[in-house]
Amino acid sequence: MHANSIRGMRLRSLQSLKVIAVAILVMFSYTQVSFANPAQHDGETTAVEAEVAPHAEETEGKLDIKGEIFGHIRDSHDWHFFSIGEGHEATHVSIPLPVILVNPTNGTKVFMSSAFHHGHEPYEGYQLNTKNGKIESLDGSDFYDISITKNVVSMLLSLLILWFLMTGVAKKYKKNGTNVAPTGFQNALEPIIGFIQETVAKPFLGKQANKYMPLLLTLFFFIWTNNLLGLIPGGANLTGNIAVTLVLALVFFVVMLFNSNKYFWGHIFNPPGVPGWVKVILVPIEILSNLLIKPAALAIRLFANIFAGHTIILSIILLIFIFAGLSKIAGAAFVFVSVPFAIFMFFLELLVAAIQAFIFTNLTAVFIGQAIEEHHHDEAHEESHAH
Amino acid sequence: MELLTPGFGLFFWTLIAFLTVFFLLKKFAWKPILEALNEREKNIADSISSAEKVREEMRQLKSEHEVLLNQAREERTLILKEAKEIKDKIINEAKDAAKDEAGKIMMETRQQIEFQKSAAIVDVKNQIGMLVIEVAEKVLRKELSAKQEQQDFIKKLASEIKLN
Repeated sequence: MHANSIRGMRLRSLQSLKVIAVAILVMFSYTQVSFANPAQHDGETTAVEAEVAPHAEETEGKLDIKGEIFGHIRDSHDWHFFSIGEGHEATHVSIPLPVILVNPTNGTKVFMSSAFHHGHEPYEGYQLNTKNGKIESLDGSDFYDISITKNVVSMLLSLLILWFLMTGVAKKYKKNGTNVAPTGFQNALEPIIGFIQETVAKPFLGKQANKYMPLLLTLFFFIWTNNLLGLIPGGANLTGNIAVTLVLALVFFVVMLFNSNKYFWGHIFNPPGVPGWVKVILVPIEILSNLLIKPAALAIRLFANIFAGHTIILSIILLIFIFAGLSKIAGAAFVFVSVPFAIFMFFLELLVAAIQAFIFTNLTAVFIGQAIEEHHHDEAHEESHAH
Repeated sequence: MELLTPGFGLFFWTLIAFLTVFFLLKKFAWKPILEALNEREKNIADSISSAEKVREEMRQLKSEHEVLLNQAREERTLILKEAKEIKDKIINEAKDAAKDEAGKIMMETRQQIEFQKSAAIVDVKNQIGMLVIEVAEKVLRKELSAKQEQQDFIKKLASEIKLN
């Protein structure tokens, strides 16, 4: 169990393309060495960890693919970079993060995640489950884990970046006014803001576009920044986490509910121009579609897209090690398949990062637009029924 | 499934952080940026419409200008024509006056000549008379004896004298 998690931690380092390039060289040199000395193959280098064939029957030696992927994608209590060595003697290069546990019965505990020694030791009545990366209480009491995890740190970082970039630009506008040509980051930001204003806000929100622009801009830049930060090797998979996308969907949902007008609710509970018995069927559908499916669709779409992107990249990289498990030569050869494909996926994910941010913002505008639409909607219905 | 269960801690921190940054950015970043952008948009639209207006004004001015120019041109030709007429008239008048004057001078001259001529004739006549008398005297002195001859001589002399 420990070995698996350690192996997973080690593989994390291989997310970096640079490291992969190094790995290619190492694997090559190693395969040559192993040809020369077939007996000497118990490992020093990073590539050796992938070597699972000799211990195929032992669970420790097996490559836990699901564990590897989920270990990278899920949140964790420390920011892990790489490990040197194996098992209990391994040296982990990671940043411990604060653990905050609010326990109604045992009181609140705040300590650094290094106290768990990567899941090897319990601390203050809690232990770290290395399988799912979650903290468990030893006495089974319920508690709230509001630790500053890797994802939280990454999010705070992204918000700091956003804050400094955006207020910097705002200062320039304040200083220079509108008669001076924009400079530097202003030039990058202006077309994006204009794009959101012209193609997202104005078509769907009409006259009220300006009211919702701050929300749309914050959503767009928050999602985009975090999508990009998630692509950096070793970065956190924030927007591919359902908790984060749920918060964003919740924000949208609250904004929609607070701004919705009587036509929106009338359309849900009393669809115009529909016979009574149809209403019995239609009203539950309308309630579901407007009050549940809309926010859920937003949350799940973003989560699933980013999650899938990370999973695909990781799987492609892991293919190298799966094949290396079968034979070292196959593993080395597969480097030339996996690495180009992974590079292609990275470029695709760069595109997806922007597209998903845009889609989330766009759908938010569309759904809010539907909730604040004026009554001409009803007239259109009556008209179509009159025919 | 583990991945589909939102973690409470992350949910909690994301909600707090996102909302905080949203309100902060709204106040300190989006508001000034959007205001500036909208203002610029308005400025550009205003500039374009005012430029259009100025161009329209220019066009009007130009047409007015052209009308004025045409008027001026017409007036110029008119003035020139008048001037020419006046010039011709003055020249003609001057010519007429000169002609009259010349005629007058000629007439006066002729009269003068006529007058001088008649005066000269009179003078000549007088002198002839005197000469006749002198001649007659001489003849008379010489031919006083023969009366007949005297008379014949006078007659002869007298007939010889031609007026003019």
